Amino acid sequence: MRRVMLFVPLVVALVVGILLASGIGKDPSELESALIGKPVPEFNLENLREPGEMLDQSLFRGEVSLLNVWAEWCPACWDEHEDLMWLANEKGVRIIGLNYKDQKENAFRFLGRLGDPYQTIIFDPRGTLGFDLGVYGAPETFVIDARGVVLYRHVGVVNERVWEEILLPVMNQAKGNS
Amino acid sequence: MYPELGQLALIIALLLAVLLSVVPLAGAATGRDSLQAFARPLSTGMFVFTGLSFAVLTHAFMVDDFSVAYVANNSNSMLPWYYKFSAVWGGHEGSLLLWILMLAGWTLAVAVFSRKLPSTMVSQVLSVMGMICVGFFLFIIVTSNPFDRLLPNIPADGSDLNPLLQDIGLILHPPMLYMGYVGFSVAFAFAIAALINGKLDAAWARWSRPWTTVAWAFLTLGIALGSWWAYYELGWGGWWFWDPVENASLLPWLSGTALMHSLAVTEKRGVFKSWTVLLAIVTFSLSLLGAFLVRSGVLTSVHSFANDPERGTFLLALLGITVVASLTLYAFRAPVVHVRSRYGSLSREIFLLLNNVLLVAATMLVAIGTLYPLVLDYLNLGKLSIGEPFFNATFSPMAVAAGLLLGAGIFSRWKRTDGGWLARKLLWPLAVSVLATTAVMLVYGSFAPWAFAGVFTAVWVTMATVWDLWDKSASKKGRWYGLKRQSRSYYGMVLGHLGLAMVIAGATVVSNYGIERDVRMVPGGSAEVGDYTVVFNYIGERQGANFRAEYGEFDVFLDGKQVASLHPEKRHYPVGMSVMTEAAIDAGLFRDVFIAIGERISDEAWAIRLQYKPLVRWLWLGSLIMAIGGFLAISDKRYRIRVRSEAKDTASTGEASAAGSKAAEANA
Repeated sequence: MRRVMLFVPLVVALVVGILLASGIGKDPSELESALIGKPVPEFNLENLREPGEMLDQSLFRGEVSLLNVWAEWCPACWDEHEDLMWLANEKGVRIIGLNYKDQKENAFRFLGRLGDPYQTIIFDPRGTLGFDLGVYGAPETFVIDARGVVLYRHVGVVNERVWEEILLPVMNQAKGNS
Repeated sequence: MYPELGQLALIIALLLAVLLSVVPLAGAATGRDSLQAFARPLSTGMFVFTGLSFAVLTHAFMVDDFSVAYVANNSNSMLPWYYKFSAVWGGHEGSLLLWILMLAGWTLAVAVFSRKLPSTMVSQVLSVMGMICVGFFLFIIVTSNPFDRLLPNIPADGSDLNPLLQDIGLILHPPMLYMGYVGFSVAFAFAIAALINGKLDAAWARWSRPWTTVAWAFLTLGIALGSWWAYYELGWGGWWFWDPVENASLLPWLSGTALMHSLAVTEKRGVFKSWTVLLAIVTFSLSLLGAFLVRSGVLTSVHSFANDPERGTFLLALLGITVVASLTLYAFRAPVVHVRSRYGSLSREIFLLLNNVLLVAATMLVAIGTLYPLVLDYLNLGKLSIGEPFFNATFSPMAVAAGLLLGAGIFSRWKRTDGGWLARKLLWPLAVSVLATTAVMLVYGSFAPWAFAGVFTAVWVTMATVWDLWDKSASKKGRWYGLKRQSRSYYGMVLGHLGLAMVIAGATVVSNYGIERDVRMVPGGSAEVGDYTVVFNYIGERQGANFRAEYGEFDVFLDGKQVASLHPEKRHYPVGMSVMTEAAIDAGLFRDVFIAIGERISDEAWAIRLQYKPLVRWLWLGSLIMAIGGFLAISDKRYRIRVRSEAKDTASTGEASAAGSKAAEANA
């Protein structure tokens, strides 16, 4: 073994170090602020209910919506679902679902049991749009205005209090915008 | 007043750490005993002041001092006292303080238990420990002060400890895990000291071994506790999620396991020196990488701490300095002597080398899977999150290969093993393993290739381990005498391997034969899961210390006989507005029945999650046995006796250890 071989670990470590350093600036949870005021990231994903039909960011134009990130495997999503049903049925809110890293049959079983508050559901089995949105765990809910611009991001469950104190004021502002 | 004292104690500890990292090292370099003699008192002082600081923070939690920001964010006056205590390490700042307390504790332990080592070695090791301490003291004081005040607007009450963390598993999990992470710093310090001296010999390997083993045992316990906690507390019955934070703890465990085995070869046969010292550096670096991943927010995870770019940058700098400095030292100082033909192509050395190759490959695999999204993003190849399928598909074959090699390796001999002899030796364990695995498949009623491979590996490791024990304990004075004659470190190895076999068996069986059902149930109704019938009796409400809960009563029947009555809960914590699922589990050695309450579907009906989990306990029981094996191995007499005779040998010949005993006297 020659001494030059002993430098290999050092070189590997330096490369990994550069990658990690670049990761600090791109902190995915910093997207929280970075995404606000910007359009929804571009995507091209299947409609969960209409196999084969592809959806993209134009889905959000024309009407103020909530984008709710959910999955069957996420226990907190079960908890908030009742409130989403209430929002859709009683308050007439347009809710777009992002089914995140889930399996189709599980997602349908979930909706079959708890009801379906979503106007449209984006099927994102590999979490690509979720990644672009900086999702770090379901559930998360975004307020998006009629131009398709992200106005607010809420991490965690939506309930009556969150709706009235946080989301509703942003929704009203969104309606004012357009 | 007290919190300021806590902060002062931290600053004093930092100053002592600075002295510790310079003075004994200078003493060792110039051969001045008077300077080296400072190593032990400085270590003690550093530990005492860190302990004082930790005590002050604990006190602030106990008396509900919400003027301290960290207490206000992580506690609440309604919290029971034992959770107030564990809340001390429930957030970033406090857990970092716990980490540092343990680092100071390990430093003190080295100072106390190394009286028989040459004084230059002790001085260098303690100085290196001191340097690591300096880094972490600076980190906590500059970026994460746990004693920051909220003045003058003191909150009336705290915002509560995350309900997920209000649990016995979480009281114990972080301390065990940190003991492991931080414990690898000792093996690292020994490696650096040996590189500085240029003395990478059998003695160095022997001194490093018990420290590595004990850190590894703690890490094993810590990981197992975390998995056990996730199983019953997160509410969906999984035991390993390949979450970045879990992976962060698995990385040093895998390379630490490789290090343990490689140290054995270096001690016994004096080979693989460069490789072993590299593993010691890598293992501790991976512990630091884990801290970085969890605390910087580079990767996000369900249970990573709140992120702060400043902290990330600081930790990365710390990691960078440690890794670059130690690997540069390694590149210039590691021995390049080629050891020629001291072992044959079939020997215990080769088996352990293959074991190391597999473990390191597995480490790299997990590291790649964890860092992959980051790397892709950096290279602008798109963004992707990576999940369980990748890890399951790649990690399982490695585990099986490592297990199969292990079985064969146990019978192998140092230097040279006869191939024909080994093959004959393995014939019976092989036959028995095939039969036993087939029997297990019949019991569970279905065959799957991976299930067969996993169970076979577990049985094979068990058979080989027991067979070897049987061979070794053969004695003319009877079996009992033969068994008693085996050393504790040998029994440590036996337990370690049997524990591993249990973990492999548990993981395989629960993944392949577990049953999960989500059913709609009304009180009075029943449902089946596997061979079990679950009857839903009623649902009620109760008020807990700091939560309100809906709880159900379920009776579990097997063949018409009641085996358990279970009470799963859904808890609402008003302070943090959060809901927690408390699963109810009928635990057994061979199977668990797991019930969790989901959502209310209608006035009457509830979504209920039922699970049948065969052998799931073996995962944690096996890990416990592995850890016990580790602790047993370090209690072996030979570490103490040989170290003593070593010291005597050098005392009669060299001056170094005369100076060492003088230094020891000065301390006493």
